[in-house]
Amino acid sequence: MIDLVLLALLVATAVCIARLRGLFSAAIVAGIYSLLGACWMSVLDQPDVAFTEASVGSGISTVLILVTLSLTTSEEKQPKHTPLLPLIVILITGGALVYGTVDMPRLGDPDAQVHRHVAPRYIHESPHEVEVPNLVTAVLASYRGYDTLGETAVIFTAGVGVLILLGGARRRRWVADEDGK
Amino acid sequence: MKAQSIPRVAAKLLIPYILLYALYVQWHGDYGPGGGFQAGVIFAAGVILYAIVFDLRACQHALSPRIVHLLMPLGLLLYIGVGIFAMLKGGTFLNYSVLEHDPVHGQHLGILLVELGVGTTVAGVMISIFYAFGETVRT
Repeated sequence: MIDLVLLALLVATAVCIARLRGLFSAAIVAGIYSLLGACWMSVLDQPDVAFTEASVGSGISTVLILVTLSLTTSEEKQPKHTPLLPLIVILITGGALVYGTVDMPRLGDPDAQVHRHVAPRYIHESPHEVEVPNLVTAVLASYRGYDTLGETAVIFTAGVGVLILLGGARRRRWVADEDGK
Repeated sequence: MKAQSIPRVAAKLLIPYILLYALYVQWHGDYGPGGGFQAGVIFAAGVILYAIVFDLRACQHALSPRIVHLLMPLGLLLYIGVGIFAMLKGGTFLNYSVLEHDPVHGQHLGILLVELGVGTTVAGVMISIFYAFGETVRT
């Protein structure tokens, strides 16, 4: 039941975002969408993913979108083409995605391919090898330490990239002001 | 940012608990949901809330951009450092088991330090990006 309510709310917020012309309110509704996604993840027993979605999706990214809006305009331009074209694109993409789920194993199926590769080893050995109650942390930080190192490096690189981009824009404006004087 | 008494009072009440909760998530990642990434984001959210409700200048006075910029590579270096330290101790890169005499203790220590590195970098990056945006808006 709660699945249906959450999915219905997700669809409702998605339609709401698509129809809103004010980008400020669209950003807020996108934050609500992420919060609903977090609820959805906790219904699926994935508290770690839900946690990330709640803090990043509805927290930080909403703030960053709002700050970006204060740099540009907060009103969406009227599109020149009819809404029919994007609707067709979305229907085709959505149809392909739904078609893809036909082959997917049922949720929580123990015989699914992903649950038969390294997962049994993690589940059976990590209580003795790592002795960390949260299996997700054991996998992320220890078994998959390389991946997490890569992710941290990606975040670092992204941060440096944004700083260089924004710092460069600021310096150019400063130089332009100097020239103006 | 003029007379906004209600958000200011609410933020003043909330911010210490947000920061405390971030630290809880950081150090308790082994036992409950969460870890370095979530902790870093929550910590950054607390700082950003302060900057939004009060003033970016006041926030940068409390937590200077120089320190925040320093946090970004510091976390990554801590992560890599743990890996290299494991190599110096005779193991492979990021093999925490050799960090202590007891392999399980080594794993605990390694995970704790690595998560701290992730949290430091994430918090640094998030706050830095917000500072950069905020300064661009202001000038």
